[in-house]
Amino acid sequence: MDGDFLSSNEIANLEKIAKEIRKNILLQVYSAGSGHPGGALSCTDILTTIYFKMINDGDKVVLSKGHASAALYGTLAEKGLIEKEELKTFRQLGSRLQGHPSTRKLDLVDSSSGSLGQGLSIANGIALGFKLDKKKNNVYVILGDGEIQEGQIWEAAMTASHYKLNNVIAFLDYNKLQIDGANDDVMTVKPIDKKFKAFGWNVQEIDGHNFEEIMSAIGKAKKSRKPNIIIANTKKGKGISFMEDKCEWHGKAPNKEEYEMGVAELQ
Amino acid sequence: MIATRESYGKVLAELGKKHKNIVVLDADLSEATKTSEFKRAFPKRFFDIGISEQDMIGTAAGLALEGKIPFASTFAIFAAGRAYEQIRNTVAYSRLNVKIAATHAGLTVGEDGASHQAIEDLALMRVIPGMTIFSPCDGAETRWAIEESLKIEGPVYIRLTRPKVIDVYDNKTKFEFGKAITHGEGKDATVIATGLMVQEALKAKELLEKENINIRVIDIHTIKPIDKEAILTAAKETNRIITIEDHSVIGGLGSAVCEVLAEEYPAKVERMGVNDEFGQSGKWNEVLEYYGLTCKEIVSKIKNK
Repeated sequence: MDGDFLSSNEIANLEKIAKEIRKNILLQVYSAGSGHPGGALSCTDILTTIYFKMINDGDKVVLSKGHASAALYGTLAEKGLIEKEELKTFRQLGSRLQGHPSTRKLDLVDSSSGSLGQGLSIANGIALGFKLDKKKNNVYVILGDGEIQEGQIWEAAMTASHYKLNNVIAFLDYNKLQIDGANDDVMTVKPIDKKFKAFGWNVQEIDGHNFEEIMSAIGKAKKSRKPNIIIANTKKGKGISFMEDKCEWHGKAPNKEEYEMGVAELQ
Repeated sequence: MIATRESYGKVLAELGKKHKNIVVLDADLSEATKTSEFKRAFPKRFFDIGISEQDMIGTAAGLALEGKIPFASTFAIFAAGRAYEQIRNTVAYSRLNVKIAATHAGLTVGEDGASHQAIEDLALMRVIPGMTIFSPCDGAETRWAIEESLKIEGPVYIRLTRPKVIDVYDNKTKFEFGKAITHGEGKDATVIATGLMVQEALKAKELLEKENINIRVIDIHTIKPIDKEAILTAAKETNRIITIEDHSVIGGLGSAVCEVLAEEYPAKVERMGVNDEFGQSGKWNEVLEYYGLTCKEIVSKIKNK
């Protein structure tokens, strides 16, 4: 699907799916009493667009910001690949839904992750594999904004450029917050666009909650000759009013009252 | 006489012909690690990642996810040290089919000195679940280790070294995964060795025979999973167990032997190796002598109870 026009029906449909995924995120984190709702909610719309509109057979997705696992599992659940009941086992002993994605436990994910900074390298390796086999596939990577403080991200950025891995489509979930505070207060990552441009990447900047912009950016990325980064301006905790834009919801689970309030907002 | 890293380079290029899925990665050390041979033969399947070892391991992991068999090489200290967490979290945790052929392990790096002398790589790799570890002593054993690593579905660490070494085996030798090779049946002592310390131990065995002291030497080519039986048999049948490795006495072969014996057949183990200190620059044989890792030291240790 490379077109960049979405009918209002299609948009409404994606919005509906994204709502369900957000409900799934709340359900998982509430059931476990643990998890990372903020960063999962901020990349939900991106994952929705990828999995329900853009992904082709053989494409791969690397959730480099692995703590957003609930968003990934929630998306796979909407695709009918994980039962809602199983979502309730998130992060609990014996579950396939590990706190951070694990191919060991769940073969539905394309890569394990969790330790930040490693996913872009993995995506590059996949991209190289695609090129060696002359496959026209893409590998999507979801990066966190705090995550790009890890040096390995920039090593991978060099590699992608050097090896002309234009089949890499990375999203930066730019919600501007991390655990200890805003990026700017902890360790400035700006200017992100200039950095990636300097590393030889094709840079786009979008509203990370606008389906048309997400889709259009992917469409442009597929035509690019350079590796692609789509800087998606997002809100941490997007979709739940009392979680939006708050650092504290990085790694905190809602209590019963908060859970019910959250679900009510998503109706 | 051939260095184990040279044998690796040769074998890898040969295997590259038959196995189209093999890809090779390096971190700007290709001439030293000898992946340059594969690079010349199959340039499209060789990826230099530059001086970015963590990225190299991650990229290898991605290639493995796409069904390739990546061999990733750099110096042991950078492979096991710099990229430790990547090996642990990205390769091993997902049981990926990445083969880490780490060269220039141990003090025998020589002149480069302490920053480059990996004396802890076996310790670091041993503690990773599911990691298979080979530590071949010569060219033939290296050939077998590389070929064997292809048969293993999962991560493998192969410890290779810089200098040319005496051939102990030849291409007719039958090696067996996880089965140590015992030389001799002497009962006076057992010297359990790995890597190029095997040659030192065998030299010591010869020297001691002249004085009617009969030892046996066990070549541990597979550090993990280790041959428990060979170790236990030696403890039961001989009077002394000595281990020797070009590695710290903490966490490597000596520790592995102690773990086996302590659980099943407690026996005194005398560990020879680097005694919790850093290495230093020098000609590799002089450095080994300085740190007491020679056949002379083994002989002296056995004679002077």
